[in-house]
Amino acid sequence: MSETRTEGVRHFAHHFKSAFHEFDACKVGMWLFLLQEVLFFAPLFVGYAVYRALYPEAWHEASHLLDWKLGALNTVVLICSSFTMAMGVHAAQTGRKNKIVLNLGLTILLACCFLVVKYFEYSHKVHVGLLPAGMFTYEGLQHAKSPLFFSLYFMMTGLHGLHVLIGIAVLGWIWSRARRGDFGPDYYTPVELTGLYWHFVDLVWIYLFPLLYLVG
Amino acid sequence: MSQHKEHPPEHAEHKGHHILPVLTGAKVWIALLIFTAITVAAARFDMGNVNFTVAMAIATIKAFLVVLFFMGMKYDTNENRIIFFSSFIFLFIFIFLTYSDVLFRELVMK
Repeated sequence: MSETRTEGVRHFAHHFKSAFHEFDACKVGMWLFLLQEVLFFAPLFVGYAVYRALYPEAWHEASHLLDWKLGALNTVVLICSSFTMAMGVHAAQTGRKNKIVLNLGLTILLACCFLVVKYFEYSHKVHVGLLPAGMFTYEGLQHAKSPLFFSLYFMMTGLHGLHVLIGIAVLGWIWSRARRGDFGPDYYTPVELTGLYWHFVDLVWIYLFPLLYLVG
Repeated sequence: MSQHKEHPPEHAEHKGHHILPVLTGAKVWIALLIFTAITVAAARFDMGNVNFTVAMAIATIKAFLVVLFFMGMKYDTNENRIIFFSSFIFLFIFIFLTYSDVLFRELVMK
């Protein structure tokens, strides 16, 4: 298919005043979605705060079973992916197609690295029986409420991991569109909005890492 | 008599497209890595309750770096700022009220 595009002039939906107006409206929508995302994660953080306040000893004991090195590694991986994402948006804004494709590709690769590390963490926990609620079979913990920590651990990292998975799917779609040459300085809304989503995923992990792995 | 209303000048609408300089992006990236190293190092020392405060303070600095620069909030409209930051006000109310209930419940029940 061939799409003739006049330089600097882009088609936009008729109810907008200009292409920028359309971009702006899309962005407001994305920020509203991210507002909802914060509230979506909120109950888990509240649950964490309450149970930690009630059973500090259980938290102390249980959190030491997590490997902070893997958590730190994943933090670095996500921070790097946020940077490549920002560079992808930059490449789109400045109209360098190969750099958009490269940076989005790197972001997807780093997101996959994150999930691989997560897979090793999870499989170890499944193996020794550090599982949520009724599935908990691990023997080495003294405090009766320690399994609660792992219920919250799996809910929080699981919901975050789901967001990473969805992020990979969306990034893959944007990546293939970038390869087709859909984006440039006059139109890069999907790249920008995917970027906002991806940075939000990083934002959640920035809090999850110290809360789960570091402050025992 | 028919006053023809002109559209506002078009150029005013293009001011919002801000491009984050690569150098700024790289600086933020390095800063985030350094803060990650600091938070890991700080956790090695047992300082009691101070550990939690330090970890949360560093996480909040990192969060601000991501939101302001990577998400471009520093260059965004006030409308978008209010939308996003209002979510944290509600998150705070949610945590604060629930937490204070848990902490002071025993005092009230006595």
